[in-house]
Amino acid sequence: MSNFFSKAEVTSSGRPVLLRNEVECHLLSAVDLEPEDHRHFSLLKSGLLILTTHRLIWLPSSSASTPISASAIPLAAISHIFSSKKSLKSVFHSPRIRFQVLVSSDGRVFDPGSESGSSSGSGSRSVVVTAVIRGKGDCDGFLVKFWDSWRARAWEAIETSDSGSASASGSGAATGTGGGLYSSDGSVRMVGVAGILRKEQEMWESTDKSLQDAFQDLNALMSKAKEMVMLAEKMRQKLLSGTSSQTSGTNDEDMGSKEEMQDWLLSVGIISPVTKESAGALYHQQLSRQLADFVRIPLERAGGMINLIDAYCLFNRARGTELISPDDMLQVCSLWEKFDVPVMLRKFDSGVMVIQNKSHSDEEVFARIKSLVTKPEALLTGISPTDAAMTLGIAPAMAKEHLLTAEIKGLLCRDISPDGFRFYINLFPEIDPCNMYFVKNYGICSTWIKAVSTTG
Amino acid sequence: MQKLGDFKLPHFFNYPPYFTLQPVRETREKQIQLWKELILDYCRTQKIFVIRLEEEFPLFSNSVIERTLSHEAREAFLSALVAEGRAEWLDKGRRNCLILWHRIQEWADIIVNFVKDNGFEDSVMTVEEIRLGIESRGTELQGIDRTILVRALKLLEHKGKLAIFKGTSTDDEGVKFSV
Repeated sequence: MSNFFSKAEVTSSGRPVLLRNEVECHLLSAVDLEPEDHRHFSLLKSGLLILTTHRLIWLPSSSASTPISASAIPLAAISHIFSSKKSLKSVFHSPRIRFQVLVSSDGRVFDPGSESGSSSGSGSRSVVVTAVIRGKGDCDGFLVKFWDSWRARAWEAIETSDSGSASASGSGAATGTGGGLYSSDGSVRMVGVAGILRKEQEMWESTDKSLQDAFQDLNALMSKAKEMVMLAEKMRQKLLSGTSSQTSGTNDEDMGSKEEMQDWLLSVGIISPVTKESAGALYHQQLSRQLADFVRIPLERAGGMINLIDAYCLFNRARGTELISPDDMLQVCSLWEKFDVPVMLRKFDSGVMVIQNKSHSDEEVFARIKSLVTKPEALLTGISPTDAAMTLGIAPAMAKEHLLTAEIKGLLCRDISPDGFRFYINLFPEIDPCNMYFVKNYGICSTWIKAVSTTG
Repeated sequence: MQKLGDFKLPHFFNYPPYFTLQPVRETREKQIQLWKELILDYCRTQKIFVIRLEEEFPLFSNSVIERTLSHEAREAFLSALVAEGRAEWLDKGRRNCLILWHRIQEWADIIVNFVKDNGFEDSVMTVEEIRLGIESRGTELQGIDRTILVRALKLLEHKGKLAIFKGTSTDDEGVKFSV
């Protein structure tokens, strides 16, 4: 049985890959998607239904063993949404959302993105799809947002902002002009009952209009925000292509400021923050996955380990608005244990919490520390957290945690003096208290003695 | 090899972490062991019987690597000796420590041998004579700490090997052996 729906791409953490300008609006869990024609196409059972400005995305739940992967229905392919009928029957059943989708010649959902000629698909028959909501989500709220998104036709908005397409469905589009919905033709005489009714009607209409206008502003603001982010993306692309094409003619200062620019732009990179509104009870889950995606790049730059507090600041900066609380951050990181994400939260004995790659190996770090601390210089004067930081390519605070852990494991010893806090290779295990003056010819002790004696 | 006076120091005396009290249990235990042995060795060869924590003690500093044991470290190592019965605190404030590089019983045995070797089995001697007399020259008893000597004598008295009595002059006590 093949898939009725189009394929949707997902990231390594199970989050959908969004299109340009696509923003998430709402989420429902435990949703079945049933195409009308059961016989030829498979049912999608118990997944996550995500409404965006461009599509309906269905993600399989992690426990599902269906061979069907993430699917999507472009909103452009939807021809009609049925309003919910409240009948006696609906009280006992799980709520349902039904809508009509255009299908192409092979009987599957018409995907306007894949077919270049719109003529081949449009106008052909439509099929009813039912979404059965078995979870506890806000079904009515979802339906309202569904209508809004569908009517807004965000996929038709052209990049170069001023979309002159004043679509027939007035609300939600990027047009900021105050063209009212209700154009009045000349004045109307207010006489009698009809006049009173008319007056009331007009008052209602003007209230409605000012509400519309207010929301237009908000929409306009949001579209401007989108523009800003687009601009930031463009600049980042330029910078990226700029730095790669530069030859050795660039001086250090240039490179430094370019990197700064990159950093700054990276921090405004998220277009579609997961908010409590759009995800409801699944807020933490989705946030958890989004964080896992986001933290990948900062982790790489920090050498595989980043302080939890630093990650928190970076993440909130990128979100811009809809900031998350420290509590949320902690919860979200602890959720990682339950998912298959490539990162993990780790707490050191000192209480410091960091985010590190699951692939991070303590053994490997210790091997590097050991080789650093047995170099002739280090045998004489030991190493400081800063020395370790430079060798390991991580922040000094992180390096110190590693050194302390190595000390606990018996690899290193500390030396506290007016010179500061330093670490040496641990020689104690090699010394025999019953035979203190004896030194083996091999082993770290003799290496140390040689290093010490050559400097006199 | 470095020396402190004529005392040969082990190589790890120049290892800076040796002078910092280690927090990791296993490492610390080893460190304490090494310091205990070193202290006993040094005191034995230099005939030092008391260590005063607030004074400078040559063994606790190394000018070559510019490190000194902290007060906390000194107390830790000496306390370990006390726990083992190789030292005793002389005061409650733990500022002065009596080092027993021979245990009291060992001193007692040394005294008995001394008496036998010199044929003092039925003689009488003063405590000072035991410490500083001609006979004790060249023996371990020479210059022994008075407190330790008296303790050893008292132990022997308890075993009936001698009797201690007050001398004619006010200062010294006498010992009659009956070994």
